[in-house]
Amino acid sequence: MCLGVPGRVLTVDGSVATVDFFGVRRDVRLDIVDEPVEPGDYVMNHVGFAIRRIPPAEVKETLALYEQLLAAISSEDLLAADIRGEIAGTREKK
Amino acid sequence: MIDAGRNAMQFRDPARAAQMASLLERLVGEIGRDPVSVMHVCGSHEQAIARFGLRAIFPRALEVIMGPGCPVCVTDMPEVDEAVALAEDGIRIATYGDMLRVPGTARSLADAQAAGAKVDVVYSVMQAQQRAAMLDEELVFFASGFETTAVATAAVLLGSPPPNFSILSAHKYIPPVMEIVAEMPDTRVEGFLAAGHAATITGCAIFERFVERHRIPVVVAGFEPLDILAGLAKLLELVRDRRPEVANMYPRCVTREGNLRAQEVLWKVFRPVGGRWRGIAHVPNGNLRLRDEFARFDARRRFKIDVSRLWDYAPPSLAHSCICGDIMAGIASPSSCSLFGKQCVPDNPVGACMVSTEGTCRIWHQYGGQLDLRDKDERA
Repeated sequence: MCLGVPGRVLTVDGSVATVDFFGVRRDVRLDIVDEPVEPGDYVMNHVGFAIRRIPPAEVKETLALYEQLLAAISSEDLLAADIRGEIAGTREKK
Repeated sequence: MIDAGRNAMQFRDPARAAQMASLLERLVGEIGRDPVSVMHVCGSHEQAIARFGLRAIFPRALEVIMGPGCPVCVTDMPEVDEAVALAEDGIRIATYGDMLRVPGTARSLADAQAAGAKVDVVYSVMQAQQRAAMLDEELVFFASGFETTAVATAAVLLGSPPPNFSILSAHKYIPPVMEIVAEMPDTRVEGFLAAGHAATITGCAIFERFVERHRIPVVVAGFEPLDILAGLAKLLELVRDRRPEVANMYPRCVTREGNLRAQEVLWKVFRPVGGRWRGIAHVPNGNLRLRDEFARFDARRRFKIDVSRLWDYAPPSLAHSCICGDIMAGIASPSSCSLFGKQCVPDNPVGACMVSTEGTCRIWHQYGGQLDLRDKDERA
């Protein structure tokens, strides 16, 4: 029951939003979300309640954190290069 | 919808995942111990690790243990007994599906249901409330879950629930149990991966005192494969550098102070009290109970719950060899349990970890435990 699922807000009606979760529509309560929510926003949903409006800028920030970590692996890292090559190969076959 | 899909895919990018895997390998090598043990405290983390097969790409010397992160599994027998006693007294119980098979001292809610008790499975507390509104009888919501889920229960009580609706709270609060695990004498845990959605509510600052006290790093991580890999990489970096710090690797959901509105709702309705967690210990401030202002919605105060008659039955003898407690404390894994997959299976669980879809044993049973692709490669 602890699963959190992100979805995109379609409409807002008072304290209830209709949210699209990868094609499934559900009503989500907005009582405890930290910020005002508008159609088009992404929210994290948990047991029928939005617990967080996900600001697009912070999706980018998360991705930037990954890059920062990965900067530790240089392009000369043979193992990483190896794996990268293999993945590229798999993709081409598809 | 396309956008939602693309957004999620950014966090499942296989090329980045492969890079993260080699980063983990390097970090474990630099730490130079075997094994390096870290613990996560969330069923959803274990789910994602198993579903996406992440253990297959973890370095062999990295041990990622699932701690007491499944609220259903740590629900203690006397709490289940309360729900069973109410159900057997003819009160209608609504609860999350996971709670049905959790063994009580003598019986589970599923047993009570099979014997004719009224037990409904719901997906949210709202659904339970709506059901109560349509009925002419008492309905008790047997509420489980950590703070993330407790906030939803609290929000419903702050609305205007129907008068025939009440709560039997088995809600739990995760920060105090991390203290217990960190203080266990047998613990090998060198760092914690904290649950991103609980921290969405509480904020990551809540771990600062813990880190200071135990000199052990805590990294808050999300639930997509890259979130978990990046969280582990950050954690290993802190372990390597001997930097006991709190790091937030899930900034798209977690802030330092958390969701203040949700915290206000949570603490307006609940107060933390000490109580036993199944298989773990007595956890000070680990249980969430309704405050006096909400006594009229508290099933424990509305009904006289008599569990003593359930205790006349001897507990099932198999339960003696169950090692769920050691598994949740991170000192044993499901494969070292003699009952796992034999007498203890999802349809007929002996221990609580086999019950919930968030329990370690259930997850290992469903996904085939720990697949090590590297071993196979080397043998070939």
